[in-house]
Amino acid sequence: MAEKVLMKGNEAIAEAAILAGCRHYFGYPITPQTEVAAYMAKRMPKIGGTFLQAESEIAAINMVYGVSATGKRVMTSSSSPGISLKGEGLSYLAGADLPALVVNVQRGGPGLGGIQPSQSDYFQATKGGAHGDFHMIVLAPASVQEMAELTVKGFDLADKYRMTAMILADGTMGQMMEPVSLDFAEGEKVEKPWATNGTKMARPHNVVNSLFLKPEQLEKTNFERFERYETIKQNEVMYEEYMMEDAEICVVAFGIASRVSKNAINEARAKGIKVGLIRPITLWPFPEKAIAAAAEKVKKFISVELSMGQMIEDVRLAVNGKAPVTLCNRTGGMIPEPEQVLAAITEAAK
Amino acid sequence: MNGKRITIFSGHYGSGKTNIALTYALAERAKGKRVAIADIDIVNPYFRTKDSEAMLAEHGIRLICSEYANTNIDIPALPQDIYAIVDDRSLTCILDVGGDERGALALGRIAPAIREEDDYDMIFVANRYRPLTATVEGAMEVLHEIEAACGLRFTAIVNNSNLGAETTAEDVLSSVAFGEALSKASGLPLVATAVTEPLARALSGRMAGLYPIRLQKHL
Repeated sequence: MAEKVLMKGNEAIAEAAILAGCRHYFGYPITPQTEVAAYMAKRMPKIGGTFLQAESEIAAINMVYGVSATGKRVMTSSSSPGISLKGEGLSYLAGADLPALVVNVQRGGPGLGGIQPSQSDYFQATKGGAHGDFHMIVLAPASVQEMAELTVKGFDLADKYRMTAMILADGTMGQMMEPVSLDFAEGEKVEKPWATNGTKMARPHNVVNSLFLKPEQLEKTNFERFERYETIKQNEVMYEEYMMEDAEICVVAFGIASRVSKNAINEARAKGIKVGLIRPITLWPFPEKAIAAAAEKVKKFISVELSMGQMIEDVRLAVNGKAPVTLCNRTGGMIPEPEQVLAAITEAAK
Repeated sequence: MNGKRITIFSGHYGSGKTNIALTYALAERAKGKRVAIADIDIVNPYFRTKDSEAMLAEHGIRLICSEYANTNIDIPALPQDIYAIVDDRSLTCILDVGGDERGALALGRIAPAIREEDDYDMIFVANRYRPLTATVEGAMEVLHEIEAACGLRFTAIVNNSNLGAETTAEDVLSSVAFGEALSKASGLPLVATAVTEPLARALSGRMAGLYPIRLQKHL
């Protein structure tokens, strides 16, 4: 499909997953991500894939565990409250070192909250998401095109490192429509000698499990897993810099907040304010080196978020006290206007 | 789109029904008619006719819309005054029916009365740049699913092929053949190609049947 098509972000995720070789989708409807499931329901039967509307989010994530154990590419999607329900399964996937793609099209919380866009699951996504020592790779798209591209990337990273990759989008990204080119290469193929896909009487049984009978063994496995995380931190960080060359103020924002911020930065530049943007594309691993490098020359940082301020903690860690970091935010399903971000930039420039 | 008492716009979600319905409602109102626009989309959570509430009120167009639209009450509710569409025959009604066959199911509630009165058009809005309606076969599938769900037959097609803000004149021109092929396959007349007002100016004289639409503001 070389020609561009007009897609919702949710549809772009679904089609990109199919292009990446995913033939198994399990989910449960919840606004604002339901189009992922609706699209899969239409497409999967036509291409010999499996779409199953599970009886709950918990069932869906455990079906993901089962298919992943056989070595097949598999995904589920939900929105904030549904991701909380999947928490146990996310931890089990991590404990069994199983690759999976999990999509969170965030809405306002806590609790049932609302259906409007939010980024307030940042802590949940980047700090593990459930019990135990683990991380997920967290990818934050800022356009419908990136919804598609990061989905393919997410499958590749999940397979490469045998872990969950999460697309951390928000309601705006899921619902907005933009032209998309789906003309990208199919994802990388990774051998999975650990998969429980039949011994054919030619090898010992593979075991997929997250239970360790001896604490020494669990400790060793956790140490090994965190060594793998260090490799990911070295090799897989992604971010975009925008007008940072001469910037004296640095806005840090991801997803929809980065788009609002770019508008504000353009207006501030027109007024002569030297401001730029660092947009994390991977939220875990976080682009801490890029922000630390910026902290050597930038006078002030502003974290723009659709939450009460969650990423700001990682920004502060990276800045390491070298410059003040302030928050510019809306929450509960509200989106900051460019004027609000511009006012924060103008204040910082005083 | 020829001034029937009830004009229904339906199609795949994201086909552009709402913008066309709003434009058509304004045109009917400009003729001095009593006009109501009914948003009976029970699927789409975000982009609703209610976004244009103030503009409609300003033009004296009645909005029939679930009181839960654009709130956090995430239930597929129908507006309580949906029966005004069929009970008040002095109203010119424009219906915005959302979201594929699941959305069209809601229309089934008043479809018997609409059939009985028999003064309606039902327009299939098609966008060939949407992945599930990119081919005539795909569009026909959606068309038949909607008809089966609501119990009404389409009477015409509007080609609304677009790539959002990036749509070029060439994108529109190259979609005409799709609109004509869909018309042939369905046996329904292709009554218009909907484009934004700037594109209508750019395409003036280069193709027939242009229907300039004004875009709803949202977010």
